[in-house]
Amino acid sequence: MKPAPFEYYAPTTIDEALSHLAEHGYDAKVLAGGQSLIPMMNFRLVQPSVLVDLNNIAELSYIHPDESGGLRLGAMTRHHQVEVDPLVAELAPLLHETMPKIATSQIRSRGTFGGSLSHADPSAELVSVSVALDGRFRLRGQNGERWVPANEFFIGLFTTLLEPDEILVEAALPSMPVRSGCSLMEVARRPHDFALVGVAAVVTLDENKLCQQARMVFLSAGDGPMVAHKAAESLKGQAPTLEAIRAAAEIAASEDIDPGSDIHATAEFRRHLANVLARRALEQAFERAADNK
Amino acid sequence: MTKKFIGKRVKRNEDPRLLTGQALFVDDVEIPGMLHAAFLRSDYAHARLLSIDVSAARQRPGVVAVFTAEDMGEDWQPGPPLVSPPPTAKDVIFHSRRQVPLVKDKVRHAGEAIAVVIAESRYIAEDAVEDILVELEPLEAVSDLEKSLQEGSTLVHDDLESNLAAHLIQKKGDYEAAREKADLVITRRIVTDRGAAAAMENRGIVAHWDEKSQHLTVWDTTQAPIPIRNGLAARLGLSANQVRVIAPFVGGGFGPKMMMFYPEEMLIPWASMKLSRPIKWIEDRRENFYATTQERGQNHDVELALSRDGHILGLKDVFLHDTGAYDPYGLTIPLNTQCHLMGPYDIENFTSEVSVVFTNKTLVTPVRGAGRPQGIFIIERLLDIAAKELGIDQVEIRKRNLIPPEAFPYEHKIIDQAFAPLVLDSGNYWPVMKKALDMIGYDQFVKEEQPRLRAEGKYVGIGITPFIESTGVGPYEGARVTVEASGKVFVATGVGTQGQGHFTTFAQIVAEQLGVAVSDVRIVTGDTTEFHWGTGTFASRGAVVAGNAIHASASIVRQKVLKLACKILETPEEELELECGLVRVADTPHKSISLGELALLANPLRGAVEPGTEPGLEATAYFGPQYGATAFGTHAMIIEIDPETMMIAIKRYITVEDCGTVLNPLILEGQIHGGVSMGIGNAYYEKLHFDENGQLLNASFADYLIPSATEMPRIEVGHVETTSPLNELGTKGVGEAGTIPVPALFSQAIENALYNRELEILETPLSPNRLFELLVNEEKSR
Repeated sequence: MKPAPFEYYAPTTIDEALSHLAEHGYDAKVLAGGQSLIPMMNFRLVQPSVLVDLNNIAELSYIHPDESGGLRLGAMTRHHQVEVDPLVAELAPLLHETMPKIATSQIRSRGTFGGSLSHADPSAELVSVSVALDGRFRLRGQNGERWVPANEFFIGLFTTLLEPDEILVEAALPSMPVRSGCSLMEVARRPHDFALVGVAAVVTLDENKLCQQARMVFLSAGDGPMVAHKAAESLKGQAPTLEAIRAAAEIAASEDIDPGSDIHATAEFRRHLANVLARRALEQAFERAADNK
Repeated sequence: MTKKFIGKRVKRNEDPRLLTGQALFVDDVEIPGMLHAAFLRSDYAHARLLSIDVSAARQRPGVVAVFTAEDMGEDWQPGPPLVSPPPTAKDVIFHSRRQVPLVKDKVRHAGEAIAVVIAESRYIAEDAVEDILVELEPLEAVSDLEKSLQEGSTLVHDDLESNLAAHLIQKKGDYEAAREKADLVITRRIVTDRGAAAAMENRGIVAHWDEKSQHLTVWDTTQAPIPIRNGLAARLGLSANQVRVIAPFVGGGFGPKMMMFYPEEMLIPWASMKLSRPIKWIEDRRENFYATTQERGQNHDVELALSRDGHILGLKDVFLHDTGAYDPYGLTIPLNTQCHLMGPYDIENFTSEVSVVFTNKTLVTPVRGAGRPQGIFIIERLLDIAAKELGIDQVEIRKRNLIPPEAFPYEHKIIDQAFAPLVLDSGNYWPVMKKALDMIGYDQFVKEEQPRLRAEGKYVGIGITPFIESTGVGPYEGARVTVEASGKVFVATGVGTQGQGHFTTFAQIVAEQLGVAVSDVRIVTGDTTEFHWGTGTFASRGAVVAGNAIHASASIVRQKVLKLACKILETPEEELELECGLVRVADTPHKSISLGELALLANPLRGAVEPGTEPGLEATAYFGPQYGATAFGTHAMIIEIDPETMMIAIKRYITVEDCGTVLNPLILEGQIHGGVSMGIGNAYYEKLHFDENGQLLNASFADYLIPSATEMPRIEVGHVETTSPLNELGTKGVGEAGTIPVPALFSQAIENALYNRELEILETPLSPNRLFELLVNEEKSR
């Protein structure tokens, strides 16, 4: 389990990194925390001939608020930093709740926010959470930069809109509206394993305590973050009763997701879990929304 | 006699070295000029090798050699048969087919080695493996146990008529007659599946052939360094004293490292001699999943005949045992299964028929438990079913069938892995089970707590599982104990050590005899230059067999010490005591001499000694038990299940062990904890998923789940001591005890937790996914 030979660059600025990517194109891979890439290279599942290591680029690591009360995270911010940051706890409670559920503390001390998003593993919590929170990502190439909404960024299994000469440099998460609540629920064989199924729920109540918006995004339930559109539609304008929640969870599990079977769970079991988790997550999110006046 | 050292919670002598990274493991061995090996392994489980072209690999810079089966010439030979079928059993069919160093004609399991590259670094070696062009014609794979024996099945070994590797029937009493008289006969199919040992340290070998001294040194992660030395010498045409095998610290054995002559174990020393260079091979985790032996695949068709009052009248079991692609280890595992099918119960009538089958899967040899967990799983499952059907409490039905204390030594009559009819040496089972019940508060839980929790909507279940463990089998081990001039004691024994705490428990045994501090006893295990008689660390036998050999040697040294001190102190031996590294006169402690001074006097530089005197304070002795000692224990557990997600939480976990004399409770508890962890893995997390093509679907720790700190409960360990009459220390083994009953216990507790479902668990390992399927099926069948 040794990687195939590769060239290695350790730039100290984003521009320098981008010039390496521009030069090597598809032959190059960006190394962030390395928690997925390095094992894949050791298994020789990927054999990039060039590795561009972002770990020496200090300007990519930060957490700060933006003008609209949202949150900005630099791509190389470690999971652990996000986990313990008081600003994250205040401005993005869903993210704060999510962080300890990602893998192990060892992995979180090294893994990065941007790395997880760029890798686009459909079982990664941050992928679904960033969609649930209506996040946006700043992608930068030598020819400039562009902002892409999270729900457009992920286009398939381990696939994103990133061009080979681009780097995801920043994520922006908007502030939560009033009367909103959120929840992340997942079932994993062991707490640190990839979830068999998980769901991030964000709901907002209107002034009459009816559901104004409900967004559920599932992980490990399809080829990417699976947004439960039909379930959301069913809740709109409804009072968040247990009955309505159960109905929405049922719709989400049977119609909105497309889980596969593997040795850990059949598609049937995943749909069952999705139903259970959607119900639990919606209950918790609506409860929190009701408290969040 | 009260003991000063044995039975005390002495901290481990070896821990400072291990914890500070100072202990030598195979991968720590660095030799100037050392090369590195990597293997080309088959992606297919069953395929004909048509051609192989290694020319590009040989040309890669940094590659020193590439070997295929053809390149080995006359040196290419299958491994030796390790365990023959028991000569004492009648009408045994046994086809011995052993693993080969490199594939010559056809591949018989995925991961079987086809070629080896020797290069300046492991990186280069792995790059060169990708340069090899190999043409394989895939064949249909034999994966399923039952299908393997069907007419017309593809053959794993073309020269055999079928995939039957072995067949054996064992009988006791008259099962058919017992069945006639029975009020209840339970018939079930019970299936157990494969898991890996998943030792923290994979296998590894460094071989160093020194051309000038004509000497081969091999560092090997083996549990059996002496047989490896003897076998290597024979295979490589060397004298045994030209070969030194060192099993240094090993990060877990668990049985697979007892397998002798893995292909790599033969090839690396062979290649070192060919190239006159030291060579290192460290197995990586992926290789470990394919190339290191595994266990536990069996299909049982069982019948249990009982009287109305729950007494077992007889047991009949017809089963298939998966041995994988080869069967070097003979019938050890199925014999253990047969010997444990009756568990701790007094069963007069028994029939067991086993068919061992070849499949296109990784070899099967003992993994901690070694056939025992399967036997216990079956009898315990059947008793749970019987208890339900007869309306008898699950504890009561067991109590009624336990072998009574007056029946020991109990003739079990079934041939065991040591080829003799198993005799249970000693035991007093009910007090052990009772202690477990008391510790977990069984009555209170069942009568008060469980109903209360159920009323709150919680699904909590309790399980209680007794079991036996045959341990401490022969043939023998030996040890040499020497008092050095420094007053410290040196001990050499042949068994290897893989974390069992030998450096402490063995030292305690010596300290008990010689009155020195435990920390002043230095132990060397598993180095053939230090001691070259013995077999190895397996079958929970280290503390029993090597422990008693050390005790015997230390006792002789004690006699020598007393004899010499008696002369020098001019005091009769009976008045002398060995304390604090001194021999002193019991009533006048200032009249003393240190062991170090005595050692010097026993090895004079000048002067005459009496004829027949042996120099030094040293003795070598051996111990071989008449037969194996059998330990007993009971595990109890309270589990909570989320019936919507199938996630479990273990609320309480109790073990009570009776393994005879306890040498060191601290170390014993560590053994139990590790064993239980493995058992929990076997029960609910670990399963090797092979598909119908013999492909392993989860060959990494991302997909093969071993319990980690987050899954482990706090384990409460209780002890009961019923000494073994078979050895002076009175010890029995405990290495596998933690693992054996756990799958049975889990099934019982899960069924008990899901009290409102008609769930009957007839398989292990389980998983949340499988439990969900079982519950879906149960709902459909309602």
